[in-house]
Amino acid sequence: MEKRVVFKGWKLPILLVTPQLIISAVFFFYPSGQAIWNSLFLPDPFGLKTQFVGLDNFKFLLTDPYYLASFKTTITFSILVTVSSMLIGLYLAALADRLIKGSGVYQTLLIWPYAIAPAIAGVLWLFLFNGNIGLVSWYLQGLGYEWNHNLKSDQAMFLVVLASAWGRISYNFLFFFAGLQAIPKSVIEAAAIDGASFWKRFATVVLPLLSPITFFLLVVNIVYAFFDTFGVIHTITSGGPEQSTTILVYKVFSDGFVSQDLGSSAAQSVILLILVGILTVVQFKYIERKVHY
Amino acid sequence: MKNMRKILAALLITLFVSSSAYAKVEIQWWHAFGGRLGELLNEQVEKFNASQNKYTVVHTRKGNYSETLNAGIAAFRAGQHPNILMVFEVGTASLMAAKGAYVPMYQLMKDAGQKFNPKGFVSAVSGYYTTTDGKMLSMPYNSSTPVLWVNKDLMKKAGLDPEMDLSTWKRVGNALDAAKAKGIGMPFCTCWHSWVHLENFSAYHNIPFATKANGFGGLDTELTFNSPVHIKHIQTLGKWAQEGKFTYMGRRNEAGKNFRAGECMLMTESSAGYAGIKKAAKFEFGIRHLPYYGGTKAPQNTIIGGSSLWALSGKSAEENKGTAAFLAFLSGTDIQAKWHQDTGYLGVTTAAAKKTKSSGFYKKNPGTDLAGVQMMRNKVTQNSKGLRLGSFDQIRGIIDEEMEGVYSGKKTAQVALDSAVRRGNVLLRRFERANK
Repeated sequence: MEKRVVFKGWKLPILLVTPQLIISAVFFFYPSGQAIWNSLFLPDPFGLKTQFVGLDNFKFLLTDPYYLASFKTTITFSILVTVSSMLIGLYLAALADRLIKGSGVYQTLLIWPYAIAPAIAGVLWLFLFNGNIGLVSWYLQGLGYEWNHNLKSDQAMFLVVLASAWGRISYNFLFFFAGLQAIPKSVIEAAAIDGASFWKRFATVVLPLLSPITFFLLVVNIVYAFFDTFGVIHTITSGGPEQSTTILVYKVFSDGFVSQDLGSSAAQSVILLILVGILTVVQFKYIERKVHY
Repeated sequence: MKNMRKILAALLITLFVSSSAYAKVEIQWWHAFGGRLGELLNEQVEKFNASQNKYTVVHTRKGNYSETLNAGIAAFRAGQHPNILMVFEVGTASLMAAKGAYVPMYQLMKDAGQKFNPKGFVSAVSGYYTTTDGKMLSMPYNSSTPVLWVNKDLMKKAGLDPEMDLSTWKRVGNALDAAKAKGIGMPFCTCWHSWVHLENFSAYHNIPFATKANGFGGLDTELTFNSPVHIKHIQTLGKWAQEGKFTYMGRRNEAGKNFRAGECMLMTESSAGYAGIKKAAKFEFGIRHLPYYGGTKAPQNTIIGGSSLWALSGKSAEENKGTAAFLAFLSGTDIQAKWHQDTGYLGVTTAAAKKTKSSGFYKKNPGTDLAGVQMMRNKVTQNSKGLRLGSFDQIRGIIDEEMEGVYSGKKTAQVALDSAVRRGNVLLRRFERANK
């Protein structure tokens, strides 16, 4: 039997919901509506004149090979950031979990990078790998490896993934660490008594118990890689070379605010809106089913 | 209570009267200069403010060129724009097409009754900002042109005569071969590669960068920088990059650091690199004309980069008068001559160039006159007047990308330039459509 709280009348519930509705309307529905509306027009940068073009902005985008390539870039980038930062976060958490003494120090130090804003993280890594003054690129040169992320797209991708994943490792570490601590020791001990090795215990007992946290982190990290890595990309590569690090969100910015093509930028926002909707449905419908709570 | 009201009223009246009696008209100027250039700009503004008591110019730095333009456009949409906006040459076509967003310079000066002679400007500079029927739309502020910078110490190290003839790319190629053989790490580098190696390259060789007189003749222009001569040059750069003679450092002026640090032997960069190189270089440097290919129509003349000042619309007649007075002040001979000598930017008025010459500045600082000579060496043709292309900031981005593909060896020059032309034309059509 389900428990339900039923309000008497309509006034109070509506009053209680109103603030949230207003916030959604002002900060979500209004801007989304504007984006959809603007995506049907081709304005000049100064807003002096504008003309209705129907779906031409979308046609323009979908016939642009670089826009289509940007989807692939986004997927590659997101997978690399998510997988690498989650694996390293899990590895560090597993190590810190086995520590008896001094784990507090490790925790504090490992969480540190999370406090750094993406743009600053970008600049830090850029300094290390800078072709003129970078420490790492200087050593690489010494080893006979030529570093020039202005020209080599795989190096540029590596660098933006590194800078983006770096801060996320802390975040993932924190959640995995908390998750590991919450697993009852008795379960693991029981498995150990049954003769399961460390890896066996980890794979068959610990990982399934961590799955709610893993799922949560997966969603959060993908969202992060999609939308919050803007600062890193802007400071390190500005999307180059040859747009090899231009992810979808960065393209919205560069077409809208650098090139002043607001029609195309709005159309891209609408496509992103649809994409995020699909992504959320897929994640909760298919992946969440496999998660044990 | 009644008393209170009286006092309040009195206060308000005093405030009103005093402000209208003492306040000067404020003129807002948004620009993109920081560092040494920002200081020099501030000096000009202070001089103007001290020279009269009707107007106060307030200047604000809004970031780099692109950021300043974008801030200006966003502010215009919101009705919060400044009186004067600095726009770099790449944004010129975008502003020109936005009729109603600005007060044309000739109009501004006429309405304000300001004495102003557009003929006093060097035509190669003012042509960039003038309509085909001779109406000046904005005021040239800082203009430069690309030249070849030489590290003479490295030339000697490479066993070369530092005064050797470097007038053609073939000779430059020979010098680079020698440098590479002697183990010089970075024989050649460049700043602003699209501006130098395609835009100026076209003008210098008197070949079109785009149809319709490089866009001066109308919005229905199409890019043409994939001619055999263009391809030959970009292919050469790509070959040099593959052979380790040319190191690509980035799209803007990143390579300047390597030159100033004494790592790069020959660099193509704006004449305005002068201030920085003179200050930082711990080696003997020289300035040469931009090289060209023999057997072509070169050398014609090079074109400018830099910015001009636009008077934005929607301001009161009184403020516009102040704007006119300030801009006329900036084009004065003394101001221009000082700016030219301090920065390495061109003297944009003929009077300033003359004054600099008669002061003996060029004799004391050899090479500083080359940029001016190079710009004005011939009568300007349709191909060498400049560029007026919409969405050009974006198109430059495309050119940057495609040329990077050539340097990294992924594409041939033919493939890259064909693709850049095709992609750029799509943007030109979109711009034409938005500005019909």
